[in-house]
Amino acid sequence: MGSIAFKKIMVGFAFSPNLKANVYEALRMAHYFDGELIFVHVGRKTPEKESLFNELVDSSPIQSKKISIHWKVGKPVNTLLEASEEFKVDLILLGALKRENVVKFYLGSIARKITRKAKCSVLLMINPSVERHPCQHIVVNGFDSPQTKTTIFAAFTVARALGAQKISLVEEISRAKVAVDVDDDRSLRRATLRKEKLRRREQTRVKDVVKKLPSALTQGINWTTQSIFGRRGYSIGHYAKLVRADLLVMNARENLSFIDRLITRDIEHILAELPTDVLIVNYRGNE
Amino acid sequence: MNKTSPFKQFLGDLPKNIFSGFVVSLIALPLGLGLAIASEAPPIAGIIAAIAGGIVVSVLGGSHLTITGPGNGLVIVILSSIVGMGEGDLYQGYLYTLAAIMVSGLLLFIFGVFRLGALSEFFPSTALQGMLAAIGVGILAKQFHVMLGFTDVKGNTISQLVLIPSSIKNLLTNPSTEMILASSIGVLSLAFLFLYARIRNSVFQLIPAPMWVVIVSILVMYYYDLVLNNPEVLGANLMITLPDNLVASLPSPDFSKLLSSDFMGYTLSITLVAVIESLLSIKAVDKLDPLKRRSNINKDLRALGIATGISGFFGGLNVVTVIARSSVNVNNGGNNRSANFFHAAFLVVFILLFAKQIQKIPMPALAAILVYTGYRLSTPENLFRIYKIGKEQAIIFLTTLIATLLTSLTTGILLGIISTLLVHIVLNKSGVLFSRNWLKPNVLMYLEEETSNYYVSVKNFCSFLNFFKLKSKLDEIPPSAHAIIDFSLCEFVDHTVMEGLNDYSRSFSRQGGFFEIIGLDVHEAKTEHPFAIRKSLPESSLFNFQVSLTKRQRLLQKFSSILDWNYLPDPISNYGDLERFFCFKTKWINYRYNNLESKEKEFLLFDLSYSEGAFIAKEDLRSTFLQIKAPKKMPAFVLDKENFMSSFFQLSGFKDIDFQEHSDFSNRFFLSGEDEKSIRDFFTDSLIYFFESHTTFYLESNGDSILIRGKERLASIQEVKQMLAFAEELLKILENK
Repeated sequence: MGSIAFKKIMVGFAFSPNLKANVYEALRMAHYFDGELIFVHVGRKTPEKESLFNELVDSSPIQSKKISIHWKVGKPVNTLLEASEEFKVDLILLGALKRENVVKFYLGSIARKITRKAKCSVLLMINPSVERHPCQHIVVNGFDSPQTKTTIFAAFTVARALGAQKISLVEEISRAKVAVDVDDDRSLRRATLRKEKLRRREQTRVKDVVKKLPSALTQGINWTTQSIFGRRGYSIGHYAKLVRADLLVMNARENLSFIDRLITRDIEHILAELPTDVLIVNYRGNE
Repeated sequence: MNKTSPFKQFLGDLPKNIFSGFVVSLIALPLGLGLAIASEAPPIAGIIAAIAGGIVVSVLGGSHLTITGPGNGLVIVILSSIVGMGEGDLYQGYLYTLAAIMVSGLLLFIFGVFRLGALSEFFPSTALQGMLAAIGVGILAKQFHVMLGFTDVKGNTISQLVLIPSSIKNLLTNPSTEMILASSIGVLSLAFLFLYARIRNSVFQLIPAPMWVVIVSILVMYYYDLVLNNPEVLGANLMITLPDNLVASLPSPDFSKLLSSDFMGYTLSITLVAVIESLLSIKAVDKLDPLKRRSNINKDLRALGIATGISGFFGGLNVVTVIARSSVNVNNGGNNRSANFFHAAFLVVFILLFAKQIQKIPMPALAAILVYTGYRLSTPENLFRIYKIGKEQAIIFLTTLIATLLTSLTTGILLGIISTLLVHIVLNKSGVLFSRNWLKPNVLMYLEEETSNYYVSVKNFCSFLNFFKLKSKLDEIPPSAHAIIDFSLCEFVDHTVMEGLNDYSRSFSRQGGFFEIIGLDVHEAKTEHPFAIRKSLPESSLFNFQVSLTKRQRLLQKFSSILDWNYLPDPISNYGDLERFFCFKTKWINYRYNNLESKEKEFLLFDLSYSEGAFIAKEDLRSTFLQIKAPKKMPAFVLDKENFMSSFFQLSGFKDIDFQEHSDFSNRFFLSGEDEKSIRDFFTDSLIYFFESHTTFYLESNGDSILIRGKERLASIQEVKQMLAFAEELLKILENK
């Protein structure tokens, strides 16, 4: 398990109405993580754009010492991905789009593609704002997967940095694992017992992960576990929305075999309707 | 848990189930004959279906109390199949249809194997109601003529309906003796069927109404035969014929049309109706099960499929689960699958021993039973009830009803589904919600770790289109647990779902669990939830008729002010722990009203509306009850007047606890309960003397409270006073113990 830190944060920006909010959020993040900010714009550099952007950065109450701004030309997705490799960033910050009059958030196709292909962590923000929203409750996945340890570590790191007091670790257990179809009272009893057993096992596993974390990280944070029998990737998103979590921390897609890639759509459900801000953890050390 | 071995338990329950199977066979015989005749199949076809169903499903099935046999719903599809494929030759049509029945049995079996029982949830409940009503109208329209003695009225349902006045006119203008006899048997039978439920006499009610009709009409025919020496008073077309030799006259199904499109169409609609009728019935019977078991519907479907295949092979109709006969089974104490078996066995006995008498049944008597069945299926009350839920539901109901009558059953139900969808789209002013989210998962269920409650959250929308997803989650929650269903993230909930949830809520409360629905009230304020408003607040919407009180209510009010009690005339659907009393185990409580409550809440007097049985065997009852808190813990027991029925119950396994030293008490009262020893200790001499010396009431204790009932009807003010005085004295004795 590598210790994860978000020291280099890349922000792709476009001149949209959301720009101010995005810049402010980025500066705030860099401040919390005490990191370096790299702004990247795909498009030609013009003096007007440059001065407008600099004005925005300067107007923020929170400032960061290490800021660099890059102007690149090319196809947005590839250019941004290449930039993230070039600067060896730890985190890409992307704003999601809010549809007019609909209380749902959609990722633009660019953000979606970057999320799928990025080799570093990605933070998707559903409503970046000029004012600060405190982050209080974090939901993190506890899948049975080698990546999960890093993800949980990251969740605690973020909680510490942002001052969140509550973390819910959610283990999604595939319904197929119960292997008992409920038809009548007897099969219901069997299924319930079996679920109880699976639930205990998963909980012990997740609790062990947290207990192995450095106590400096977990101290003072109220963490709980919750098992959910349901479709992987879907249930946790619904849960995060239900408990009104401020941040959902997920594993990135694993390096899956071809078949898995065809059927697993873990993160797709979450990308389809972002329940809240989502951090997808992808640590280079895992590769 | 019960420590007796399952086999011993089964043997012990056997007498009860034989008895119950016998009563059921009494109703199954006339219905089987009638339904077969109504489908233009030989009368014996219905009996074959009942026998095949009873034997196969009782062995292989997955439900506990259901009775299987020929179904009402199938009459119309089988009729159109026989008439349609026969092209004039009804017997040839029947042979083709037998092949269709066998194929539909195979399909049913496949349905069960692939666990497709849940698919039936795709039908909006109002559209299903409309379809059933159309089937009822179809049966009624055809059989009304037969009931009056006209067997040759042909045509589709609409034209037969239109011809009803002219049949009546024919009868009145030019009556022959034969016609007068036929029509009076029919009309009197029908009148009797309508009045039967009003007669509360346990001996009389032992024989189901249809059997009374059959017995009496057979006696009438014998009177004409033996006394008046006029054996052919009714023509052959008005009498039932059974084959002389059952084995020799077995028809062989004709598969030669197997690949034709109309064969496939008929097979499909037969299968569709068989699945729907069976599943609706299984669900309804589970709600009546005193042991609160859950049926394995897929296993039942497989068994029904096999039974249908066998039945079709021997010339019988489709085998489906039937609600009326099943409810008769529950009411007569059947408690496992063997009752279904014995009902079939008794039918075999009837056919073998009484073939001659059965052939004395006049058709108008059977037609009257069918007219009554058709009426119960299509009663206007259904439309009013649905209209109360919402105007849009009435539109869906009528669309399906009319479409089914004008076209075919499958087209009708399809149009019903489409109209439901359209109504939903209109109510939402957009179909985007449905089209975008239909195939996405929308239900989250988890066991909350802190509280051990099951929490279910539903997103986007929940309607008949995706109710099966919610259902599959709900089915995994043990009904003794606490479940919370949260709709706050859900923008639209339809009537089918609300009705389904209501069923869950009932089954949870029956098994000691809690089923809470939250998040709809928030909703209603925001989007004027059309179905939820009515369904989530049943108390206020149930009846708003209490504008002026009746005389009895005014007297009750006056009485309560004398006692200084609280009087509340409005109906309340929260009936507390009544369902835990023995006498409501197989009954369905609707609501209580005219509540009188003492200040310390020790006495609660109320009128209760409840029903017993289902469909044509359904009886709606209203009685006055008095519930009092027991002063101290007491054993659970039932104390009733000893009568003919209770001696029957004794035969079938309920034990009467008698006291040797109190022969008067033992003769007059029927006392039973689980814990015989503590009951014996509890009934001291003084208590027995008290019961001997007072008016007899039905009395039941569930340990903490006592339920007292006079006659099985509403009590007059005098009777209420007697009841209260009785209870007060009883309390005194109990306190001094």
